[in-house]
Amino acid sequence: MTSTTTPTARHSAPRPAKVRKRGERSPLASTALHLTLIVASVIAVFPVLWVLLTSLKPAAFATTTDFFKDTTLENYTNLIQDTKFLTWFGNSLIVAGLTTLIGVIVSASTGYAVSRFRFPGKRGLMWTLLITQMFPVAVLIVPIYNIMAGMGLLNKPAGLVITYLTISVPFCAWMMKGFFDTIPREIDESGQVDGLTPFGTFWRLILPLAKPGLAVTAFYSFITAWGEVAYASAFMVGEDNLTLAGGLQLFVNQYGAQWGPMTAASVLIAIPAALVFLFAQKHLVTGMSAGAVKG
Amino acid sequence: MAVHTSQSVAKAAGDDVARGRSRGTGNPPPPGRIRRALSTHWYAWTMVAPVVVVIGVIIGYPLVRGVYLSLTDANERNVARSIGVNHLPATYEFVGLDNYTDALTGEQFLGTLGWTLVWTVSCVTITFALGMALANILNRKIAGRSAYRMALILPWAVPGFVSVFAWRFLYNNDRGLLNKVLAGGGFDGIDWLGDPTVAKISVIVVNVWLGVPFMMVALLGGLQSIPSEHYEAAEMDGATAWQRFRHVTLPGLRPVSTTVILLSTIWTFNMFPVIFLLTRGGPGEATQILVTQAYKFSFEISPRDFAQSSTWGVLILVLLLIFATIYRRVLRTQGDDW
Repeated sequence: MTSTTTPTARHSAPRPAKVRKRGERSPLASTALHLTLIVASVIAVFPVLWVLLTSLKPAAFATTTDFFKDTTLENYTNLIQDTKFLTWFGNSLIVAGLTTLIGVIVSASTGYAVSRFRFPGKRGLMWTLLITQMFPVAVLIVPIYNIMAGMGLLNKPAGLVITYLTISVPFCAWMMKGFFDTIPREIDESGQVDGLTPFGTFWRLILPLAKPGLAVTAFYSFITAWGEVAYASAFMVGEDNLTLAGGLQLFVNQYGAQWGPMTAASVLIAIPAALVFLFAQKHLVTGMSAGAVKG
Repeated sequence: MAVHTSQSVAKAAGDDVARGRSRGTGNPPPPGRIRRALSTHWYAWTMVAPVVVVIGVIIGYPLVRGVYLSLTDANERNVARSIGVNHLPATYEFVGLDNYTDALTGEQFLGTLGWTLVWTVSCVTITFALGMALANILNRKIAGRSAYRMALILPWAVPGFVSVFAWRFLYNNDRGLLNKVLAGGGFDGIDWLGDPTVAKISVIVVNVWLGVPFMMVALLGGLQSIPSEHYEAAEMDGATAWQRFRHVTLPGLRPVSTTVILLSTIWTFNMFPVIFLLTRGGPGEATQILVTQAYKFSFEISPRDFAQSSTWGVLILVLLLIFATIYRRVLRTQGDDW
């Protein structure tokens, strides 16, 4: 009895005099939503913003709480003139760029194969892609180091690129599989009717439709390669070969606990990542939704 | 006559079935099966070949070697190494499952495992809850939505080691902003990364901060794929906001959430950079999770203990495998063909 009456009572009793259209909110609810979003945004942005603001203060004032104090670019000029920062930056750019390029191609073709074809070994492959994400870096690093040493790839960008591919490709392939699953098979079939090979179908028909997924894959690969620390500092030695992650560690020792140059470096490192992000973010939601996500 | 025909038809059909099967499963291999499989599947295999080769070499070999090392007593003193021009051969011995019994009966592994579980569960739960809340808000019509979305995704766009550095800067004991703000309000500073309990909370906060954008974006995508007709129908039936969330939104998000929770659990369990760069597992071993401890065994203690490190690594892998298997079995969605 109660169970049948309660919903109706709850529904009809507090009906306001002015009937709102579907999807409209009271000003109070709107304010609450905006407040929540503002608080969340501030928490999300603040640590990054604080590093940016600190990098613009003279090193001596790095730990003051003022937002602005004698704004200057001296941290940046020092960083670029006195260290090999630009070399490291270039190295990182090469490594991350190659990882992104190869990663996107490889994970798209793998994702397409597991999305469209039934073939022996598919189940095993899907599990392998999942399992590779489980094996901890800490344990892989020594054997991988030995392999790279054996192949003569230590201290070369290629060694890092291959290693990063093993990190980014499994997840990206999984994501691309989910994304391709949302593209109707009829498109493939029409391609085959028109005499395209499976590769032709993939390359000419499906890839252009998969741009959002590709954007997300590119973003993920780039961020993975750009921000990786452990392998980078183990594989690359010699001041000219370092990537940013390794270079920065050298730099910490060199400068002790000085926050000024460190914050400037952090800002410069974050910029390319943010650019890639800007380029990808339009597609991020659509890409992820279809992709990661339906597994 | 009729019988004969039907038999031959059946035979032919049987033949066809066998031929059809060669695409996939079972059946004793008829001659030429491999060639036929090759001609059916060569393009699929070509497309996955690069991944298989790279993963096989770069992950497969280290994996096998890791498992092997975990069955020995290898450490820095007895592995093959070169001192100057002298090359010393490896002298470590096979010890069977000793490392595993030591790990599983000792205090250290189980203690670390306990904290790793607390860390994983709390990070994933909080991240998921916050991501869900923010995704639901962002899915409404609200002024400035894209600006909010940009701001909220920012932690994901910044390289991990940079954001961890930013947090260390905020947490810094004498000069960090958080303590300065507390001092301004007349409170004593908190030893954010030095006190065992506070340090645990601090690392969780940073990991949640890093993880929410991914969760939010994934769930936002899932929300947008729920047809609005479902909500309209629910409203027609007089469902309250909570009922709509409970009976329309949650089931609609199911495929998305099962995958992101699985991935997020695996990633958090193995979240090396956050712990390593923020606290190095300290104070003491308070924030040490299994991965950072395994890393410590093979890189930071002396003599470096490769066997122990591999053992922990293999145990991590086994634990995650068990989790993933159970998880997928319980929540297997329809239409998954693997």
